[in-house]
Order: sequence, then structure tokens, then C-alpha cells
Amino acid sequence: MLTLSSQLNTYLIIGAILFGFGIFGMVRRPSLIGMLIAVELVLSGASINFMAFNRFLAPDPTVGQIITLFIMAIAAAEAAISLSIVIAVYRNYKSIEVEDLVELKG
Amino acid sequence: MNPSLFSPEGLAGVIFLILIAVTMIGAIIATCTQRLIRSVTGLAVCFVGVAGLYYFLNSPFVAMMELLIYVGAVCVTIAFAIMLAEPDERRLARKMSGLSGGLAALCGGAVSFALAYAAVTGHWMAPAAQVNDGSLKMIGHSLLTTYSMVFELISIVLLVAIIGSMALARAGRRKN
Repeated sequence: MLTLSSQLNTYLIIGAILFGFGIFGMVRRPSLIGMLIAVELVLSGASINFMAFNRFLAPDPTVGQIITLFIMAIAAAEAAISLSIVIAVYRNYKSIEVEDLVELKG
Repeated sequence: MNPSLFSPEGLAGVIFLILIAVTMIGAIIATCTQRLIRSVTGLAVCFVGVAGLYYFLNSPFVAMMELLIYVGAVCVTIAFAIMLAEPDERRLARKMSGLSGGLAALCGGAVSFALAYAAVTGHWMAPAAQVNDGSLKMIGHSLLTTYSMVFELISIVLLVAIIGSMALARAGRRKN
């Protein structure tokens, strides 16, 4: 039990559980910001997988760290863009719930 | 071989278990609470745990970046957006039926179980030798040689994201 931190499977299972929580939140949340939070969970599950393979299996252990840094940059850009979309949607519809956003024509 | 609880390895193992618990509790808070501001707090807790896991994976630099970018920037940005566009709590609570929660748990559980099953049953080949130690110096070296093109493209993506988010958030604003 105490040597879990030196096994690959531990990290892969943690990543899979975080990914599953992300999917769960994405299906369950009725508002756009809640879905964005769930997307962040999915991205961090993927990052944990990259870092675990980088530590245990990669011949060059800088590759996974660099990919994780790029995932962070993409996640930050995605959060900024989608939050400004949320603000714009809120200004037009006075609501950020998914079920209220059924019109396509602006 | 099992280290005793009070040896350095045993204490590191205990800290690792605590970090796993923090990550999981944060993820549960982030997905299962009703109010969005609590769920952002849970997301921050979860990212602190993930940063600790990165530290156990021999990369303190990525752990620090996780704390800086996710906890310090992304969570704060989401909190600002919640302050600007707070959804109506009572309507959200009424709309959430039990069936949708069960279906969502089924989806998430199925995906999670499939990934974990593939991870446990797969045969992973350990590398013959590692060409470097994965230190911060080697990361900087390969960012400026092998991955320099990707590095520049990421900067352009971030610039476009900044300009695009300002243009989008400005769009429907009235002049008064």
C-alpha cells in the first residue's frame, strides 16, 4: 500500500477516474460554466496519463513534461475564450443554461 | 518489499495516499455540488492534489506550473465569470432530475472503468535506457531546439485567444 507511488498503474487509474468524473460532470451539469469545469477535469486526467508514461516508459523524459506544459497553455486559452463566450451569451439571453440556448439565428 | 510506516519511504507513501484522497475529494466536490462557486473551489483542491502527484512523478517544475496556471489563473478566471453571470440556483436545482444524474454516473463510470481496465491489462514495455534525466535544464534545452516551432505556435495561439476573448466579450455591449 505504501509503495503505490512507484507503480505506473496507480497513476493511470487516477487519470482514468478523473477523466470519468469529467465526463460525468459534462453530462450532468445544466450550465455552461459547470461544463467548463468538467472539461478542465478531463484535461487534467489526460495530463496525468502523459506524465505517468513520461516517468516510467519514455526513453526521453522531457517529452511528457513539455506536452503537459502545452496542454496547460491550451487549457488556459480555452478557458479564456469559452468564458468570454459565456459572458456574451449571458448578455444576450440573460441565462447560461444549456436548455435555454436553443435558437441558432442571432 | 514493504517499508515500515515511519521510514522515509513509508512517510512518502502516506503523503502520496493523502494526495490521492485530496484529488478525488476535489473532483467529487467539483462535479457533485449544486452551487457553482463551491464547484470551482473543489476544482482548485483537485488541482492542488494533481500538482502533488506531479511532484511524485519527478517533475517539480510541472507541479509548480500546475499550481500557478490552474489554481492561480484558471480557477480565478472561472470565479470571475461566475460573479458576472450567476445562474439561477433554484431553477437549476429543479431541473436536475434523478434519471439524468444516474445516466451521467453510468456514462462516467463506464468510460472510467474502460480506461482503467485497458491500463491494468496492457503490457507496457519499459525503455532500455533513458537518454537524459528529465531535469529543468533538459526541458529548456529541448523547448528551444526540438520543440521551438511548437513553442512559437503556442505563443500565437495564446495571443489570438487574448485578442479573441476581448473582442467576444466586448461584442454586445451597449453604449451608455
